[in-house]
Amino acid sequence: MQMYEPGQIYDFPDSRGHFGPYGGTFVAETLIHALEELAREYDRAKNDASFLAEFESELKHYVGRPSPIYHARRLSEHLGGAQILFKREDLNHTGAHKINNTMGQALLARHMGKRRIIAETGAGQHGVAAATVAARFGMECVVYMGSEDIKRQAQNVYRMKLLGASVVPVESGSRTLKDALNEAMRDWVASVENTFYIIGTVAGPHPYPVMVRDFNAVVGREAKWQMPESFGRQPDAILACVGGGSNAMGIFHPYIAERGVKLIGVEAAGSGIATGRHAATLTAGRPGVLHGNRTYLLQDEDGQIIETHSISAGLDYPGVGPEHAWLKDSGRVEYASATDDQALAAFHALCRFEGIIPALESSHALAHAMQIAPGLGRDQLLLVNLSGRGDKDMHTVASHGGLSL
Amino acid sequence: MTAGNVSRIPARFKSLREAGRKALIPYFAAGDPGPEFTVPLMHAAVRAGADVIELGVPFSDPMADGPVNQRAAERALRAGMTLRGVIEAVAEFRRQDALTPVVLMGYGNPIEAMGYELFASRAGAAGVDGVLVVDYPPEESEVLTALLRTQGIDSIFLLSPTTDDARMEAVSKIASGYIYYVSLKGVTGAANLDVNEVAERTRRIRSHVDLPIGVGFGIRDPQTARAVSAVADAVVVGSRIVQEIEDAPAADVVRRVEDLLSGFRKAMDD
Repeated sequence: MQMYEPGQIYDFPDSRGHFGPYGGTFVAETLIHALEELAREYDRAKNDASFLAEFESELKHYVGRPSPIYHARRLSEHLGGAQILFKREDLNHTGAHKINNTMGQALLARHMGKRRIIAETGAGQHGVAAATVAARFGMECVVYMGSEDIKRQAQNVYRMKLLGASVVPVESGSRTLKDALNEAMRDWVASVENTFYIIGTVAGPHPYPVMVRDFNAVVGREAKWQMPESFGRQPDAILACVGGGSNAMGIFHPYIAERGVKLIGVEAAGSGIATGRHAATLTAGRPGVLHGNRTYLLQDEDGQIIETHSISAGLDYPGVGPEHAWLKDSGRVEYASATDDQALAAFHALCRFEGIIPALESSHALAHAMQIAPGLGRDQLLLVNLSGRGDKDMHTVASHGGLSL
Repeated sequence: MTAGNVSRIPARFKSLREAGRKALIPYFAAGDPGPEFTVPLMHAAVRAGADVIELGVPFSDPMADGPVNQRAAERALRAGMTLRGVIEAVAEFRRQDALTPVVLMGYGNPIEAMGYELFASRAGAAGVDGVLVVDYPPEESEVLTALLRTQGIDSIFLLSPTTDDARMEAVSKIASGYIYYVSLKGVTGAANLDVNEVAERTRRIRSHVDLPIGVGFGIRDPQTARAVSAVADAVVVGSRIVQEIEDAPAADVVRRVEDLLSGFRKAMDD
């Protein structure tokens, strides 16, 4: 096994998509050809100046980048310790970081001549982002979504339909995100000649984990020049929520070599790790193989994948990107967790102190920041990736408070 | 380690070749519709003329399977089937049948949860002859394949219509027993296959791989089985059997599967 020592250049994954023992390509032979083609085309695109210029232009004029870094002064004052800063991915078009990746993959699909886009979605955010870029480029779009999630996220289902996408209910397994991913893969096996599969997180077979990370790494690259410009230095710590882990990899990756910056991923502890009703894969799972890669998984002793729980549908996933698995084992990133209740408390605090309604996913990262900030000096800077806005979560938050909208 | 376990697969293909017959390989999920059906179904398959049995190991997330096999896995898991239970079923089958090769087909994670070494030694002791891990391509299989070899167990690999010549060479270096050619682009139980294309592909595979070729995915009726058996060494019938198990009342499951397979056997031998 290849080890990553301090001072060594971080150049994971290897050419076959391995992050130490994690990642790789664990799919049936029927998909190998498509993945090899995708890896080849992505390698070409990422070194192609005109592709990169097109991506940058779309991010600027369509997505609205760069997203600002905002100093939450009232919240920081209230906590009485470290300063809380937000990377405002919630201000992107469609309301979350997801659009960075879908834009990159849609451009790649165009370059490869594929006219049909498929995607899986849990809460619907990635589905909406995929439907958005498909509309932007005049492509057909099919989104697979578990029938349980369709019931919970009616508003996002309607958004996708407004954008011209078809939403296909998935009735197998637990009828949630993991089953939607299985179903999208099944579609892709049969349709690969004209279809591009846009995976929404840094998981799946190679090259998805590295490709999705690279498209999202614009977040960390911006922060790297914005921090010195606005605050005179880099942050002391960066916090991001981790479900599959795409927003976290996006902001962490450019900082991995910056040893002075602490990196903290925050998983969903649901009703509490001890209750078993959670989605904290790195905290409570163990390595295995699912959805095309080796990574930490929430599974029973026989290796069957178990159902997860989080108030935030975007974190409700039994796996996690393989690079996070590697960063956990190597010790470079610390992984913590926040419960539903802690995330809700952070959600309400941000509404009241700063006039920002955050996504419940991002509220997990904030919850952990609020927990550690009081114990740190006032000169410490905590940069929280505010990965999305909370408009989509109105029903969940209201019903948790006993209201129905 | 159970010294002396030798895969029954090569001998079986040799005797078939000498008799001028093609192999009929049924597939069904162990534990479907309940664990008590598995061994009787295996014996019924042999009575109906099965030459090798592929036993599905149920997994919660069968990514390469269509709806029929997904539902079978869900039924089996609900009924309490585990990888350990599948291996025990093979051991029980072996008490009455020392000759028919048995191949376990499934996904990697239950094997990883048991641990490669424990899996290989338990499977060897039970009399398993081959293992096909659907989501392990050859480049991720070296460690498991080597361990299985020490137990006399063949590693079966898939080839697909999109597999190029270089990959066929790579597969030929690690595969043993037989090759499982996936005859269409899709999941198990999908549309019917194109026999002419299968003939062309099996010719190409033979120029790279010196193993018997089984063809599966999309063989739904005896006529197709017959046509495929003219160009392949083995015919794998899966979803059609699993559909029969789903449709039949519990009391009739074993007889219905036996009748169905007898029809395939007859068409292939006529």
